[in-house]
Amino acid sequence: MKANSPSVALFIPCYVDQFYPQVGIATLELLEKLGCTVTYPSGQTCCGQPLANAGYARDTVGTATHFIETFSDYDYVVCPSGSCTLHVKEHFPAIAGLEKKQEALENKIYELIEFITDVLKIERLEGKFPHRVSYHSSCHGQRGLHLSSGSELNQPPFNKARKLLENLKGLDWVELTRTDECCGFGGTFAVTEEALSIQMGKDRLADHLSHKTEILTGGDMSCIMHLQGIATRSKQELKFLHLAEILNQALS
Amino acid sequence: MSHPENAAEFLKDAQKSKWHDETLWFVRDKRDKVSKRIPEWEQLRELASGIKDNVLANLANYLEEFERKATKNGIIVHWAADSEEHNRLVLEILQKHNCTAVVKSKSILTEECHLNPYLEKQGIEVVDTDLGERIVQFLNQPPSHIVLPAIHLKKKEISELFHEKLQTEKGNEDPAYLTQAARVHLREKFFGAKVAITGVNFGIAETGEFVVCTNEGNADMGVHLADVHIACMGIEKILPRRKDLGVFLRLLARSATGQPITNYNSHFRSPSPGKEIHIILVDNGRTAQLAREKFRNSLKCIRCGACMNTCPIYRRSGGFSYNSTVPGPIGSILSPGLDLKKHSSLPFASTLCGSCTDVCPVKINIHEQLYEWRQEVTKTQGDFAKGLSMKLANGIFKSPLAYKISGSLMRNVLKSLPNSLIYHPLNVWGKNRNLPDAPKESFQQWYQKNRS
Repeated sequence: MKANSPSVALFIPCYVDQFYPQVGIATLELLEKLGCTVTYPSGQTCCGQPLANAGYARDTVGTATHFIETFSDYDYVVCPSGSCTLHVKEHFPAIAGLEKKQEALENKIYELIEFITDVLKIERLEGKFPHRVSYHSSCHGQRGLHLSSGSELNQPPFNKARKLLENLKGLDWVELTRTDECCGFGGTFAVTEEALSIQMGKDRLADHLSHKTEILTGGDMSCIMHLQGIATRSKQELKFLHLAEILNQALS
Repeated sequence: MSHPENAAEFLKDAQKSKWHDETLWFVRDKRDKVSKRIPEWEQLRELASGIKDNVLANLANYLEEFERKATKNGIIVHWAADSEEHNRLVLEILQKHNCTAVVKSKSILTEECHLNPYLEKQGIEVVDTDLGERIVQFLNQPPSHIVLPAIHLKKKEISELFHEKLQTEKGNEDPAYLTQAARVHLREKFFGAKVAITGVNFGIAETGEFVVCTNEGNADMGVHLADVHIACMGIEKILPRRKDLGVFLRLLARSATGQPITNYNSHFRSPSPGKEIHIILVDNGRTAQLAREKFRNSLKCIRCGACMNTCPIYRRSGGFSYNSTVPGPIGSILSPGLDLKKHSSLPFASTLCGSCTDVCPVKINIHEQLYEWRQEVTKTQGDFAKGLSMKLANGIFKSPLAYKISGSLMRNVLKSLPNSLIYHPLNVWGKNRNLPDAPKESFQQWYQKNRS
């Protein structure tokens, strides 16, 4: 590890911590392989997004205060979720007395892929991953954090995750019909609008399956948890991996 | 019924809901292609948004300027504070002219004011002359989409309806044949109407003229044949200068249907000799919305319907699921301002994916306003149990120890319970979806064991 490598605090979202520890491990190992000094600040919990999106942002003051205190001493905060990153950046309630720390946090928290491409300035990764992979673009990552160009906008196409994946030896990138339609997870939406959520998930899966994909990947385990839940219920053979897992495997 | 119930009902007909999704996706796709043929598309959106910001900041001045200029042009200007006043004004004009049959074109505002049932109660025949609107009127339905009012119906259903109402051949589903039958039927109505009602797409403060955009030319036919033209306009439809149309007309049709421009963009400035033009400027909740800082820019809307075509919820739940005159994402941020209680489920009929915001030609931050309306809904409508569980969650998330305990409790419960209990009907997540396998330890536990 480099002596002057940036000090990175890992923020592992609550549901990743509880259900997908392997994604947290892959994120940690990947960042270390890329030369970062990574710490996982103990005592971290959740960003509070589930409450805020349900209409109770005013009840997240305690959660947000704890989050800001936990992460304020690091150069960067990196998170393997576009959605949680966006929430910290845009939807934290203003915490009285912590204004400076809060502003600093908003500017130093990054989603994993954008941290690799925009902060570490890594253009290509040398590695191998001989599989047919399709990418599910999470809405908060794409339209919120601009990790890739949106099909709605008239802008030059780009995709930060694709750039990293496509350089891996043997990786076969799948082009979808609807490149960036929502999967229907949407937090509490998954439960309050269950029928729609399921239909949207099925439609998204059908797009991936019709292109004979082997592994469905993405930057947000929440979308993947939803899609995987539907796929396993209907006994689909599709495999699901977070981008961090693919990149970490490819670099080993 | 709330949005989730209506949506579940719509999805029961899997074939039709799939068709509905694909049909509207086709329109959205057309919009994408045509908008990308204009290199300055994003600049146009920025300009339009800026012009509308200026309008909203100076609305009173522009409206008064419009009134002065329009009056000078010979247009009779009326003001209506709400839908009742609007309807009463229309009725008074009709009565003054002894008119018992009117033709109407392109007005979502009159839908919002429920003008048709009001006039019909007074014994006046109202005929909607846009093909799609005439179809839903035959069925006693409101439009299910603001630009494509009959998009929820398939050719076969329209063929059956026309067979019954217009005596077309049974089973003939040829669109050209059915359209021709509607033209013949509507032609008669046009000849019989002394008064024509239209909506307004743009009112121009500088000149006192107004513009109506249609594809079928029916607004023009109605107006030119009638002695009296009543135009109904929401007060937010004002533009400062005629040249601003150069921005808005380029955006409107491309966003709405993927056409470069609407077939007819008709300017109305002065009545012909012996005829009358009335314009009714309607508030109906708009100034209240203007006063709401977080929601005011919803008034920039030019009613193109692009947010409906792109919305993955709208495409799969249909316009009627919203139970609101303007359905879809834009309706879900406008309607709560009119009646928060009635429309309280609408801000939640979204995954906050943000596609609506990115297609919007006037850059309304629709998905952010949906989020903000959620915060308002829970303040006034928050059911006690949900509020309490959220407070509990905050308690857990602000305390690392409580989080740790509840997390491992949850994973252990999931590991030890049989599937029959996990996938209990009360677990809505699990109705049609599996839960992830509970791992033996959390990341936090792994980290403590291996790294600290």
